[in-house]
Amino acid sequence: MSDLLTASWSGYLRPDGRKGIRNLVLIIYTVECAQHVAHAIAAGEEDVHVIGFPGCYDNAYAIRLMLALARHPNVGAVLSVGLGCEYTQPEKLADTVRASGRPAEWFFIQQTGGTKSSVVKGKEIVARLHEQIWKETPRVPMTLADLTVGCECGGSDGTSGLAGNPTVGAFFDLLVDAGGRAVFEETVEMIGLRGVMLSRASSPDAKRQLADAYDKAERYCRSVRQWSVSPGNFAGGLTTIEEKSLGAFAKSGTKPIQGVIRVAEQPRGPGLWILDSVPDDHFMQFGYTNPNDTEGLMDLISAGAQIILFVTGRGSVIGSPVAPLIKITGNSATFRTMEEDMDFDAGRVLTGELTLTQAGRELLELIVRTARGEPSKPEALGHREYFIMYKHQNTPGLAAGCRA
Amino acid sequence: MNARAFQIQPQDNVATLLDDAPAGSIEILGASPQEIRSLEKIERGHKVALRDIAVNEPIIKFGVRIGHATQPIRRGAWVHLHNLASDLDERSGTLDLHSGAPTDTNSAYV
Repeated sequence: MSDLLTASWSGYLRPDGRKGIRNLVLIIYTVECAQHVAHAIAAGEEDVHVIGFPGCYDNAYAIRLMLALARHPNVGAVLSVGLGCEYTQPEKLADTVRASGRPAEWFFIQQTGGTKSSVVKGKEIVARLHEQIWKETPRVPMTLADLTVGCECGGSDGTSGLAGNPTVGAFFDLLVDAGGRAVFEETVEMIGLRGVMLSRASSPDAKRQLADAYDKAERYCRSVRQWSVSPGNFAGGLTTIEEKSLGAFAKSGTKPIQGVIRVAEQPRGPGLWILDSVPDDHFMQFGYTNPNDTEGLMDLISAGAQIILFVTGRGSVIGSPVAPLIKITGNSATFRTMEEDMDFDAGRVLTGELTLTQAGRELLELIVRTARGEPSKPEALGHREYFIMYKHQNTPGLAAGCRA
Repeated sequence: MNARAFQIQPQDNVATLLDDAPAGSIEILGASPQEIRSLEKIERGHKVALRDIAVNEPIIKFGVRIGHATQPIRRGAWVHLHNLASDLDERSGTLDLHSGAPTDTNSAYV
């Protein structure tokens, strides 16, 4: 066990001192109108991922989220592509990324020509950026203490709380022991657990942060009359949001919770953190919190997670750009049916084949292999789903951006 | 082989099925191993009552209240949307028992 906790591999050193496990070029489009061109530039290119924002009118939250992904430890260089008449400014994105010490370029499609000429130009830029980061990025030793791992669950069933999430909890305990950062989210799936959550706070300050995040989540759910539980959850045997919450919370393991971070904020130190992605009350009311699983995964990556975990009892076929996604199921039948997409069968805990401790250790081994470069299943399949939408969060620690 | 179910904490009054169970004997694993007779077919992932539960009594799983009984529940009965409601989510009682699909927005499908 001790050798696993001190495992070391070669990472990519970024100017801010963080270390990546991949060395990617990220293409960012700034309006839906530029989406096709952005994807056409990335088509057929290795280690080139795409994200973008569909709205023409900009949004400070979305800008912060995209910048957090652009300055993510797994990203070495950025190309931002705009149409030319939208609010979100590709030039400002590129300038901000360049200020982080990464090469970044941008162009407007309207100033370049049409689809074909923009794709040709984009591919030339990407090839240049790629060559530069492969030549110039320093390689450094990396350990679990350099790693941030995020986790959420989706498509949950009765096994998620019994095996899938507890296995992640056992892994998170190991990661925290090794000095790493563990981030879990979905405060709307902690409904009913106020007392349980607060009892895990590491300090009075953390307790206050947890109480604020919990109270906002419950206020949000009451206000929009939407509780984070879906027909598939019910069909899988979950009956109430409180029941789902307990299963979801099992992914937190047993370590003290250091506090709450918000979207695009980084954990303020090692240990276990909760990510609050619930929108703040605003002139447009709350809007919607995570409308789908992918949106939540974006939030975890924005916290700097180099690897993210997704626990799904019923099965899912999503992946993610920027940080490899590892899919875990507590349901062995789901694992057998969807083995081409599932990375880890935690259902073996329920058959007695593995103890929870063994499962946590085995998951740690998989995560170290992934950190060393072995692609996760969604990564190998080419899944790069992303979802960035309008939202409002007061995030004083980060620049307000325009139209906060 | 008997169908199996898992009770997480000793104070839990429900256990989660690890196998699809026809009416009949279920082996309860976990906190207080025992054998009980289920009164009906219960699918994997769903819950079985470990004792008789009266209306408005809390349903306890993971040692925590996950809602309250809306019907008297007998030991061995399937515990789901028809007899357990959330304390918070007001749509919880309107969902289709088998698919979990909402029924209170049916009028919008026109």
